[in-house]
Amino acid sequence: MTTRLMTGNDAAATAVKLARAQVIAAYPITPQSPVVEQLSRWVEEGELPAEFVAVESEHSALSVCIGASTVGARAFTATSANGLAYMTEQIWWAAGARLPIVMCVVNRAMAAPWNVLNDQQDSMSVRDAGWVQLYCRDDQEILDTTAQAFRVAERINVPVMVCYDGFLLSHTMMPVDVPSPAEVDAFLPPRTAPLQIVEVSDPRNVGPVTPADPREDADGALQPGYMELRAMHNASLLQALEVVPAVDAEWSEAVGRSWGGLVGEYLLDDAEIVLVAAGSLVTQLTLVAETLRAEGVRAGALGIRCYRPFPADALRDRLASRALALVYDKALSYGNEGPICGDLKAALYSMDGEPAVYGAICGLGGRDVTLEHLAQAARDALSDLEAGVAHRAPVWIDLAEGSMR
Amino acid sequence: MTRVSELSTTEYLLSGNRACAGCGLGIGLRAITKALDGKMVLVNPASCLTVLGGMYPISSLDVPWINVAFPSTASSAAGVRAGLRAMRREGEMTVLAMAGDGGTADIGMQALSGAAERDDDFIYVCYDNEAYMNTGTQRSGSTPAGARTTTTWTGKRENPKDVPAIMEAHGIGYIASTNAAFPTDVYDKVLKARDRRGLRYIHMNTPCPSGWSFDPKDTVKLGRLAVDTGVVVLYEIEDGVFRLTGRSASLAKSGKPLVPVAEYLAAQGRFRGVSDETAAEIQSWVDARWAGYGARHTPVG
Ligand SMILES: Cc1ncc(C[n+]2csc(CCOP(=O)(O)OP(=O)(O)O)c2C)c(N)n1
Ligand code: SF4
Ligand SMILES: [Mg+2]
Repeated sequence: MTTRLMTGNDAAATAVKLARAQVIAAYPITPQSPVVEQLSRWVEEGELPAEFVAVESEHSALSVCIGASTVGARAFTATSANGLAYMTEQIWWAAGARLPIVMCVVNRAMAAPWNVLNDQQDSMSVRDAGWVQLYCRDDQEILDTTAQAFRVAERINVPVMVCYDGFLLSHTMMPVDVPSPAEVDAFLPPRTAPLQIVEVSDPRNVGPVTPADPREDADGALQPGYMELRAMHNASLLQALEVVPAVDAEWSEAVGRSWGGLVGEYLLDDAEIVLVAAGSLVTQLTLVAETLRAEGVRAGALGIRCYRPFPADALRDRLASRALALVYDKALSYGNEGPICGDLKAALYSMDGEPAVYGAICGLGGRDVTLEHLAQAARDALSDLEAGVAHRAPVWIDLAEGSMR
Repeated sequence: MTRVSELSTTEYLLSGNRACAGCGLGIGLRAITKALDGKMVLVNPASCLTVLGGMYPISSLDVPWINVAFPSTASSAAGVRAGLRAMRREGEMTVLAMAGDGGTADIGMQALSGAAERDDDFIYVCYDNEAYMNTGTQRSGSTPAGARTTTTWTGKRENPKDVPAIMEAHGIGYIASTNAAFPTDVYDKVLKARDRRGLRYIHMNTPCPSGWSFDPKDTVKLGRLAVDTGVVVLYEIEDGVFRLTGRSASLAKSGKPLVPVAEYLAAQGRFRGVSDETAAEIQSWVDARWAGYGARHTPVG
């Protein structure tokens, strides 16, 4: 283990190298580009014995990973915003084909209009595609989570997105403990045999047209239909609720650092108001909780590390009998509310000791989110709560309404 | 040149597949799989070929087959190849990507161009039935002028894209044009491609009775007529050297005029009602191409 000053993108690339990815394909986009640049350099210089395929688009980047992963290789890609949207067809394909690909999503705002700065609209818009989604708070967590992601993916044969905030983390230097290759090798064995069989001696047709209903194979054995395959996929994805914490614990054993598995919590014990978010906001919310406590408010912070599968039980457990959960979303389900807020409401619905759940939209397109903004949103939420507001439309933090014409 | 009697009797394309009766694609695929002796992995996007393969969990092809997304044939094949190499398995099988004309000339062109520019190491076969057949005979970039499709009701106005020429512009080492009605021509070209490295591109015309509207018993006849009229030309370009092959080479050597294109048009329902003017335009397009190929032809030896 050595401690180095590095950006979030460096941390991600370093983890991919330590994980001994075998096939890497990626296409540059701000703020992800340094990940591709670094990995291609390591491959060219012989420091990383992998195949680097310099593709002509993100659709092809994920397609290369799909092809490579199908025949058993450990594959990695990374992208942001429009690049992720351009991959969308293949995001579904990778999941449906049950390929343990790892992809870093360096969160950036979606165009139009153009904006290269941070929010989480990109990864949130593909939350339903059947991948595991993990969100990181800081550069150390990026390194650790990216390495863990390969283990998680390969254990359940479901791809994993490691999401981290563009610029706020991707381009910000922080001290990061880098484990030794031996430590990571002990944690992460080579990939086991893929689900798909691609052998000349045992020819199979991988991913053909699949009827809705189960059907007998040539030997008379009943095989699942499309709907059964989807249920099996969902069941494997849900296994991540056990596998993500288990892998985090194994990582902790190997390198001495844990991230709490599904959720991270801070000052939660006696908290009445719990501030909820994913990504670098969580680090900010720990400071906001301290500020509010200094003002006599019993506040705590809850970070969602694993957003898909949604850790409903863990959240119910942490939020039972609180007065209020305030969710800060850096994304919007347009025409509805913040995605995390909506999911949390559904998870807590009608449970004993259900808290009020309010949502706030913040930081879109890189709008600076200050600690004071966050704290004031919490104070406002508390007054709404005292005024007896049960349901509240999402509040937009720091919106200059005077400029909207 | 391999003779039909010399082809292996092992069949990889099994009976009971879901292609239409008389499908040219089936004939071509049979020759391809024989040439590779089954030591291949087929990478295939949505197309008639997907349908031919049958539905899970039964397959009509006795070789490994990976289905991929429609625009992603070349990029997925590049990934399969990279994965096999990373696993030190590349000696086990030839990676053969095979897509329709729509999946090649149109939606898959970007990925194919990228793979060609990188000279990724696999064989790409475009089987050209000259429309989007799987979705109901809509026009593609490879549909010939005059042909009626379900999106060109009065006949397509434009000539088809010349995809082999686009591939040649990428500077890849092996490019071939063939027709499934000449299985040994297909076979020999796949054999040659197998023993080369880098991206190898084979454009295989496949007469399609359902989409072109002719009697399924006439598939081979029609494929031959396509070559005799010069609508389809058999050739290969090896390291930049252009050479007519098989029937096209003999036609050029004989010096005799080609069969008039009108005969080819009259044999298919899709060209019914083509105006004399359009027919003449098609004839001069064919003549100009044929002259160009003749001028480039480098006889063997
Ligand atoms: C992204 C996407 N767009 C459209 C389709 C629908 N689609 C499937 S096959 C096909 C046409 C295939 O045409 P071609 O490649 O020529 O093969 P053919 O069916 O003629 O053999 C289309 C449009 C799809 N599967 N994916
Ligand atoms: S539509 Fe044409 S290409 Fe497709 S299976 Fe039928 S005959 Fe073959
Ligand atoms: Mg077609």
